[in-house]
Amino acid sequence: MSVVLESVLEIHPQVAVRPETFGALAYHYGNRRLIFLKHPDVVTVVQALNDHPDVQSTLNACGVTQDRWPSFIAALSSLETSEVVRERQIAS
Amino acid sequence: MESPIATADTSVIEESPVARVAADTPAIEAELLIEEISIDGMCGVY
Amino acid sequence: MSAKSLVEEMKRGLDAPICLTWELTYACNLQCVHCLSSSGQRDERELSTEEAKKILDDLRDLQVFYINIGGGEPMVRRDFFELLEYSVANGIGVKFSTNGAFIDEEKARRLAAMDYLDIQISLDGVDAATNDAVRGEGSYDMAIRAMENLKAANFGQFKISVVVTRHNVSQLDQFKALADHYGAQLRITRLRPAGRGADTWHELHPTNGQQREIYNWLLKHGENVLTGDSFFHLNALGESLPGLNMCGAGRVVCLIDPIGDVYACPFVIHDEFKAGNVRDEGGFAKVWKQSDLFLSLREPQSAGACASCGAFDACQGGCMAAKFFTGLPLDGPDPECVGGDADEALSIISRGSEPKPSMDHSKPVTLTRKKLSVSASH
Repeated sequence: MSVVLESVLEIHPQVAVRPETFGALAYHYGNRRLIFLKHPDVVTVVQALNDHPDVQSTLNACGVTQDRWPSFIAALSSLETSEVVRERQIAS
Repeated sequence: MESPIATADTSVIEESPVARVAADTPAIEAELLIEEISIDGMCGVY
Repeated sequence: MSAKSLVEEMKRGLDAPICLTWELTYACNLQCVHCLSSSGQRDERELSTEEAKKILDDLRDLQVFYINIGGGEPMVRRDFFELLEYSVANGIGVKFSTNGAFIDEEKARRLAAMDYLDIQISLDGVDAATNDAVRGEGSYDMAIRAMENLKAANFGQFKISVVVTRHNVSQLDQFKALADHYGAQLRITRLRPAGRGADTWHELHPTNGQQREIYNWLLKHGENVLTGDSFFHLNALGESLPGLNMCGAGRVVCLIDPIGDVYACPFVIHDEFKAGNVRDEGGFAKVWKQSDLFLSLREPQSAGACASCGAFDACQGGCMAAKFFTGLPLDGPDPECVGGDADEALSIISRGSEPKPSMDHSKPVTLTRKKLSVSASH
């Protein structure tokens, strides 16, 4: 599945995000994958995913202009492949 | 228009330079946002 | 920010290590000829369980994701499982490196029940003759038995870690097959002249031709093979191997030794590369963030004699440990420079004059101890 503007996502619960000067490090304790989030904006977006109905509203809320959406979609798709983000699970 | 196939071909040729630029830019910026490295991928550990 | 500038950021150091090595003890049941930590006998100054837990608390607060536990043989510590469990409970994933002697069926089951735990079994030959020549009689059987026990206990994927030597380069395909047989992940790493490794490095390290074999093998077959990025000096041969392709010492990784000393990495246990001690005021965090050594390593390093070489961007001048312990200057070519640029300098260094490790915890040599037969070929 590829991420689209309508996707409803969340950070995987086994992922830790550690802020750095360039952005952040994200580590998935389950699959041992280590991802560099190389820009503060992508960190902001990833951490805001759960607070907004979908990707599009998250990008808007984080002030990401539309011309940059394709690259953020691509980044989120990549994060989804690494299981850093996933489809939001309904809380039980 | 009259001939869908010819029109489709023409429109593809006319549109592609613009489409190509638009496609390239997000692809390049996407490379800049995420990079994965193995937790084993830095020198100086067991 | 481009991919290249990310590495430049890493070279300036981070506020916390990405991952680090922690040698729990200098005690060991083996006496491998190339032991990077010259292990064998416990040091009486060894950190207590409480001190060890304090380090784990500090690492948790620094948000260190993952630690590599080693030694010596870490499983000889009585509090080994206690520390493993404490680490994982505090959100720090653990990989421990072991010779497997103590992984009996019961321990294998106990380890299989734990989460966020990786195990790395050391093996330096695909048969007892090749392996035991370096790691001691019976060590091959020990390692295989541990693997069998982990498999029987459904541990899942563990790692088999090989130090590549002149005598096992020809066995890379077989190592891969062995790993596949156990559903394990193969890891091959570079031999450094560290610890006891200095004594036999000139006879054990791969030849120039073999280095090219290793590089080509990794390009062709290395997709799921780990290397700890220890072969980045070979990137001068062409396309870069996966990894950060830089020395992580003091920048993104470091070593904590059994007595709490902090070194730039496990391959430079020498006063020249000692940053401080965790028992000092401020603990590990202060050493990592403020020690003179680490701050100077995070400054741009001089290419020195390598500055005019077109390959420097790819190989970064190689490994500090390899240069230091062979008596070469740090701002010059690696002893295994693929261009042979260190050969002349190496030839005029008298053997025995190179820097010696600061400590030696080797067990005394007894008459019954088998000496390495350096001319052994298999």
